[in-house]
Amino acid sequence: MLGNYYTFSELLLWIPLLTGIIAFFIKNNKTVKIFALFSSLLTLAVSIISLFYSDVAHHPEYLNDTNVSYVWMPYIGSSFSVGLDGMGFILTFLTAFTYPLIFSSTRYREYSNANVYYGLLLLTQAGLMGVFVAMDALVFYFFWELALIPMYFLCSRWGGEFRIRVTFKFFVYTFVSSLLMLIGIIYVYLHTPAVTTFSDHSFYLKSFYNASLTASEQNGLFWLFFLAFAVKMPIFPFHSWQPDLYEQSPNSSVMVLSGLMVKMGIFGMIRWLLPIFPDGVVKYQSFAMILCIIGIIYASCIAYVQSDLKRIVAWSSIAHIGLMGAAIFAANNTSLQGVMLELLNHGINIIALWIVVDIIENKTGIRKISELGGLAIKSPALAIFFLIIVLANIALPLTNGFVSEFLMFTGLFEYNKWMAAFACLSVILSAVYMLNMMQKVFFGATNSITEKATAISTAQKFILSIIVLAIFFLGIYPQPVLHLSQDTVTMILQKLK
Amino acid sequence: MNAIIISAIWGVIMMFGGVFFRKISMPKYWAVAGIIILLTANILEFVGISFFKIDTKGMLHFDNFGLQFNTITFFCTLLYFLLNGKEIEKVGENVSEYFALIFFILCGVSIASSFNTLLMLFLGIEIMSIPSYILTGADKRNLKSNEASLKYFLMGAFSTGLMLMGIALIYGGNSLGSFYINIIELGTGQMPVMIAAGLVLLVVALSFKVSAAPFHFWAADVYDGAPTVFTSFMATIVKIAGFIAFIRLFKVSFGIIQHQWQMLIALITATTLLIGNLTAVFQQSVKRMLAYSSIAHAGFMMFALFALNDTAKEGLILYALAYSVATIGMFAVLVKMNDYTIEGFNGLYKSQPVLACTATIFLLSLTGIPLTAGFAAKFYMLLAAVKDGHQIWLVILAVICAAISAIYYFRIIQAMYFKEASHDANNATDVTDGFKYLLIIVVVIIIIIGILPSLAIDWLYY
Repeated sequence: MLGNYYTFSELLLWIPLLTGIIAFFIKNNKTVKIFALFSSLLTLAVSIISLFYSDVAHHPEYLNDTNVSYVWMPYIGSSFSVGLDGMGFILTFLTAFTYPLIFSSTRYREYSNANVYYGLLLLTQAGLMGVFVAMDALVFYFFWELALIPMYFLCSRWGGEFRIRVTFKFFVYTFVSSLLMLIGIIYVYLHTPAVTTFSDHSFYLKSFYNASLTASEQNGLFWLFFLAFAVKMPIFPFHSWQPDLYEQSPNSSVMVLSGLMVKMGIFGMIRWLLPIFPDGVVKYQSFAMILCIIGIIYASCIAYVQSDLKRIVAWSSIAHIGLMGAAIFAANNTSLQGVMLELLNHGINIIALWIVVDIIENKTGIRKISELGGLAIKSPALAIFFLIIVLANIALPLTNGFVSEFLMFTGLFEYNKWMAAFACLSVILSAVYMLNMMQKVFFGATNSITEKATAISTAQKFILSIIVLAIFFLGIYPQPVLHLSQDTVTMILQKLK
Repeated sequence: MNAIIISAIWGVIMMFGGVFFRKISMPKYWAVAGIIILLTANILEFVGISFFKIDTKGMLHFDNFGLQFNTITFFCTLLYFLLNGKEIEKVGENVSEYFALIFFILCGVSIASSFNTLLMLFLGIEIMSIPSYILTGADKRNLKSNEASLKYFLMGAFSTGLMLMGIALIYGGNSLGSFYINIIELGTGQMPVMIAAGLVLLVVALSFKVSAAPFHFWAADVYDGAPTVFTSFMATIVKIAGFIAFIRLFKVSFGIIQHQWQMLIALITATTLLIGNLTAVFQQSVKRMLAYSSIAHAGFMMFALFALNDTAKEGLILYALAYSVATIGMFAVLVKMNDYTIEGFNGLYKSQPVLACTATIFLLSLTGIPLTAGFAAKFYMLLAAVKDGHQIWLVILAVICAAISAIYYFRIIQAMYFKEASHDANNATDVTDGFKYLLIIVVVIIIIIGILPSLAIDWLYY
């Protein structure tokens, strides 16, 4: 059954959903942790097997966009269609790959009502998977909002001191923007051709690509969609929910938030914005890119002056996302391929950063970089792992960050030299704040707090080695990923022509 | 026809039953039995079995839309009786009269959903309103209840007067001199002044009945003053019945000149949405907050009137169901609370997890989160409005208001889960296991409708 391509997208969706619901009823804290880890490993296994069937050349019979389609609401032309294309494979794999890492690296943390905590995390995974496999606009919107609800409860129940206010801000930002996108979806829907005889229009992805929209309609709709994705990513003027939320959230939720949930926005831009509104994109792409580039420089500067570890990582994430946004709107083959690769790389790198931050916080109990120091003496292994992760974030050659950022910069350069020049500042600035953080946390003399820190355990070493291996593998041989995403990119560029 | 006659008869039975029922718990069971009979009879009429053959001279017209609406009303009333039966007994001594009045309201609802002349419209609305005035004042020794009842009665009488005036003007203004709504031929030209005046008066009177702004001032005080169980009924069944009358009248009589009055409705919708949502944000009492939220939802239901296409009809059916079920559920939880302020909900998740979880789903449904009926309903309304194509600003305003509504609904969720109760005392009293199971059933209904809204809509084309 697993060999049948048609069920992969469904399996990826139902496994976390069902296990998430079951997890609510497991009362024992230890059992629920093992159960959640097991569930995420199962999803990972399905995802890895699905990759063997991702090559269209060898499996031409699977080249079918309506992979799974159930009649859902026939009279308004919506069906429950899910399927995977190149980008879908990358993102579902990222989701499946990082969840076991998140579960195992935060395993030692004790949460009150652990069953609810892990159940909600698994439901979030189901929501994310749903967004990535949806082939129907209404299904996409369903999961887009559904991923938000468990995350809302996770962050407001187990977060820091100001969690309620901060999480609610996040909720309102995304809720308003998604509702505006809903209007956009309805508007596009009313201009789509019919697919079945039951209804005049259709919510199906391909119908959306064939919607007949005038240039002026596209200009308005562009913003309705752009806003929803820009808030989620977040792009510069819509980012204010993000650093506060990252600081206040529990560590494993923040890994999901920054590593995976942010990808929903980028995914949305590529799948639901670029191909549907080509005229709108051409008209506003420079403006959107300028916003992104302002975001890069602004966020990098702020990251440098932050003193809290979590806030540094949060701002650095905004800078990286800004670069990806700019590369999306450059909209050429090189830049989009770079984004595809960076989707995977950024997910891995940022989760790796959070894992290290979590370890440091757990060992010392503080996150202020001015109060830390000398951890390299206490835990040399952690320092080495962290250095590699930091270098990957700065995009040094040989690490995964280099390949994708190089592609993105090349793509930006093809679009506009000046924009590329300003965007390149991100590399320099990220080196500044990342190395500054590295230096203050790990080097220098130990003080009364870091004195008591111990070396990391074998399990932690194991988790970090997996990440470091992934970093090097993708840095040296990124071809499989680029090969996977080429079809998606080509298709999008055809729509834009 | 089944529904009108059986509900009237059952109302009388309940009223006289008060003399014979020995135990105080008896009327409840009779009422549940009555509503089940009513529901069955209405569904039978759907498939063409009518018990009563009465020549109404075409003054009543039973179509799928009206019958489906009746089904929803009776179904919600059934849920309401099951959830609140015990609480109704606590309001006062005349328990069986309360049930009788509710059955009379249902009779009015059935007329309002099937009228074909302006006279029947008037009768339906009045049969609905007068028992509501009495129910508001049911808590006789409570001054707030008395005040609310009097206020409701005076304002209601005023709006009734306006409505009659409007009907008279329309009767005199149309060339055929007819009360039949399908005969009022207005043509596509500019409407005469007399008709226009009549139409505006009807809009005002019906807006009053559905508590649309700027005719909403009675709503908050009345809903706040009335005994909570009856607020639940009036804010749902009576309100959605007002909408069915509204849309029936305007679809049949004035649909042809929609563009001439659409702007008026758009303005009423916008004001209702803004006033309802913005005021609800500042409420400290959950009961009052729900009263304003019901005004806000009236704004969303006005979209059906604004768009007036087939999708709008489907949307109204769905919205009526989604809104009523969620609101009845939320009020059922609220009635059990010891403290009606938002602080009263603090830490409910710890003391009553089932109540907290079900209340969360009700609130999420009212907010309009996917997977709940509330989302499907809002989606259909937005679809209808965008399909209409005019006044896209109104749609954008509506979604912004929907987001504002999240502020006050989520305040309760935050209180239930993330805040500690200030004292050890129980938040809620008298919560039986049966009540909890019922709440879970209501939640299941909300989620099923949220996933498959066609279950409720397809009956329209049966």
